[in-house]
Amino acid sequence: MSILDSNIPEGPIADKWTKHKNDIRLVNPANKRLIDVIVVGTGLAGGSAAATLAELGYNVKAFCYQDSPRRAHSIAAQGGINAAKNYQGDGDSTYRLFYDTVKGGDYRSREANVHRLAEVSTNIIDQCVAQGVPFARDYGGLLDNRSFGGVQVSRTFYAKGQTGQQLLLGCYSAMSRQIGKGKIKMYNRHEMMDLVLVDGKARGIIARNLVTGEIERHSAHAVVIASGGYGNVFFLSTNAMGSNTSAAWKIHKKGAFFANPCFTQIHPTCIPQHGEQQSKLTLMSESLRNDGRIWVPKKKEDAEAIRKGKLNGTDVPEEDRDYFLERRYPSFGNLVPRDVASRAAKERCDAGYGVGTNETGEAVFLDFDAAIMRYGQETANVQGLHDANDKKVRELGEKVIATKYGNLFQMYEKIRDVNPYKEPMKIYPAVHYTMGGVWVDYNLMTTIPGCYAIGEANFSDHGANRLGASALMQGLADGYFVLPYTIGDYLADDIRTGPIPTDSPEFDEAEKNVQKTIDFFLNNKGSKSVDYFHKRLGKIMWNQVGMARSEEGLKDAIAKIKALREEFWKEVRVPGEAENINQELEKAGRVADFLELGELFARDALERNESCGGHFREEYQTEEGEAVRDDKNFAFVSAWEFKGEPSEAVMHKEPLNYENIELKTRSYK
Amino acid sequence: MSANNGMNLTLKVWRQQNQNAKGNMETYQVADISPDSSFLEMMDILNEQLIEEGKEPIAFDHDCREGICGSCSMFINGEAHGPGKEITTCQLHMREFKDGDTIYIEPWRAKAFPVIKDLVVDRSSFDRVMAAGGFVSVNTSGNTVDANAIPIEKADADSAFDAATCIGCGACVATCKNASAMLFVSAKVSQFALLPQGQVEAKDRVMNMVKVMDEEGFGNCTNTGACEVECPKGISIENIARMNREYLKASVNGDN
Repeated sequence: MSILDSNIPEGPIADKWTKHKNDIRLVNPANKRLIDVIVVGTGLAGGSAAATLAELGYNVKAFCYQDSPRRAHSIAAQGGINAAKNYQGDGDSTYRLFYDTVKGGDYRSREANVHRLAEVSTNIIDQCVAQGVPFARDYGGLLDNRSFGGVQVSRTFYAKGQTGQQLLLGCYSAMSRQIGKGKIKMYNRHEMMDLVLVDGKARGIIARNLVTGEIERHSAHAVVIASGGYGNVFFLSTNAMGSNTSAAWKIHKKGAFFANPCFTQIHPTCIPQHGEQQSKLTLMSESLRNDGRIWVPKKKEDAEAIRKGKLNGTDVPEEDRDYFLERRYPSFGNLVPRDVASRAAKERCDAGYGVGTNETGEAVFLDFDAAIMRYGQETANVQGLHDANDKKVRELGEKVIATKYGNLFQMYEKIRDVNPYKEPMKIYPAVHYTMGGVWVDYNLMTTIPGCYAIGEANFSDHGANRLGASALMQGLADGYFVLPYTIGDYLADDIRTGPIPTDSPEFDEAEKNVQKTIDFFLNNKGSKSVDYFHKRLGKIMWNQVGMARSEEGLKDAIAKIKALREEFWKEVRVPGEAENINQELEKAGRVADFLELGELFARDALERNESCGGHFREEYQTEEGEAVRDDKNFAFVSAWEFKGEPSEAVMHKEPLNYENIELKTRSYK
Repeated sequence: MSANNGMNLTLKVWRQQNQNAKGNMETYQVADISPDSSFLEMMDILNEQLIEEGKEPIAFDHDCREGICGSCSMFINGEAHGPGKEITTCQLHMREFKDGDTIYIEPWRAKAFPVIKDLVVDRSSFDRVMAAGGFVSVNTSGNTVDANAIPIEKADADSAFDAATCIGCGACVATCKNASAMLFVSAKVSQFALLPQGQVEAKDRVMNMVKVMDEEGFGNCTNTGACEVECPKGISIENIARMNREYLKASVNGDN
């Protein structure tokens, strides 16, 4: 019997959430005024939670490391947000969204959580429209939809290629309203340094004011971690430069179990690395796969000529192109899920058909030519231009593409200095999102009482692979519609507690430890910068714990990361002072945590002797290179308990019981 | 990138220890910069070099590095976000410069954006303007009307979107000779003015946001249009005209 209690309510899946809401305890409005809640992170999950908790009457303290809550990295999400509205009348339903998400996650997510997510998805769209989020509309004035990978309906709502921005600004607006009222006290440019436990409950945090360097104590009756994912453990990823795992890792070290760390999403369509000076990677939205076709040359000599810059993609005749996703997966084509598309691209590049001009030659084409001509012809017909020549059709088609994806095309052109309307884009997979995260129960509470984790920071909804446009949905579902209700059940015990004092020995101790680490960094007489270590960690992770993993490679990675961590603590150099903005000091603390997480990540990958979703073990594949899942032995969540060194962490298993969906081999053929 | 097409550059960078310290320009050299690198990657290289030399690296705001978070904020060779149209500093690439160039790098300069270290400024005045009215007062409920209950004309929805794409970087303020925030504030006022959801509070919104904007020390608008030219998101000054109309309407009809 597992020591993990997921607290899933009894009853049929479609009734669980409604019944649970009816059964859990409430805190009356007058008592909410007596309760403080800390929210760390102001992305879609944290921002929506902070705003909603404040609307309900709680006193919220919100923290972000950026200079404004509006800058959290949710802002960069491009393509869209899913919701089972069935506005297109194409057969969508709550059940289908639930089913697609569980299947897309390769049957490694928790059914009850995913069903709830699908249920509240429709509320999110209503709420956002009411807030003034300008979603794309059609000429009749109603909301428009597009399709994303792994599904056969159009349920994705969008605002050009800036959906995350518009949704986050909606949250930020809702927060701003509460900040103006004084119900949210906003701490910009603050970083959570540690969690404070009093009598085993989360009762506050130690934070560093990133401008003055002051170490501050903040108390509350509950702490919500909404600090996002840990993709930057790879150094190069599509995450923001500041995205980090520290808040999640600190609570892990205080008793919160960390679940499925090896489930990481490598996104198929990113701009390839240009060279060694690269600091981050840029995503090209999955929405582009609605209209873009992915291909490499059929002939190796063509691929080689392109790599050497002697041949252009546009010069390769149609019959010499291998549209490998359409070939291998005819029913989903270019819209297979991300893990499948990424592996297929890697397979072609490894086999010598890559078209990248960089050192590795790793890139495939994402081509809009067919779409431009198709849309152009459609527009020509509508405008009655029946004898329009190719040039005119192309011109009309480019305009349509510009209205759909204009900002993405602009981004591509700025980075690559190539006009993607005229030449196919070159793309390659990159680390994008982490499905793993802090283990939470149905109420989104971690294994620490009073400590919650929401959004990408938790693990529960996406299994081993997240479907496109589902991250925004989950962040907002957790923050607007789940946590604000489930947290009441816990806080109902705290209506008579009164303010939590910050002069207790627990706060003293936590602050002392934070100060000790800062002093260490600033006084260490090392010779290497923080980035030096971060880049090396990233290389180990990408080469051995990335898109393809093997027992041998993982064992080697574990040893290398451990050695690198030891070297880091001896050799790191952090210039500057503590009482001022010190970006190197900030990075040092974050990389120290990545160096621990990286090892646990590799251990988790080593223990999972199967291939599922984004976790691909070379030992477990079919002859055609498809993943081989092992439901008999691995249909569980691995939840790691901290015991000191990552090598000593203990794995607990939460069995995954599928009562509503039959476990099947995923097929997109 | 091979060494032979790397660039050697001279950088003149504003250094300032903290908000109260007096700052000055310092000169640095960087070598072998790839034209494919972004401007901020060039700054990373310079910082690595400074750390190597035992010096303090240059503090600058940056985060997403894909032109959407609005963190980066450098005044490069006298231009907000440097040369190039409709880009942020992080989207500026070194291919815009030539081997041997001297590049001047300064922070945003405005009374309402005090410099707090090197190239980092405090833009929290923008947050305070937003808190004064940059929202629709609707609580989270799950019982709001269906998202398709009120059709919105596509042209209005698109214009609202265009205004809403503002990233709050502050280039408009930094580039304006009056350090006016009219483009920023009008973008938010316009977004809501164009949508039915924004109508209910339209009057209070524009009055309150403009009031706080003035209190924060932003200057007035004298229609030079520099903000529109430097805006990385191409926000149009038509929004300022719309805000002026909204303001006038509210002043005439209102009891403010």
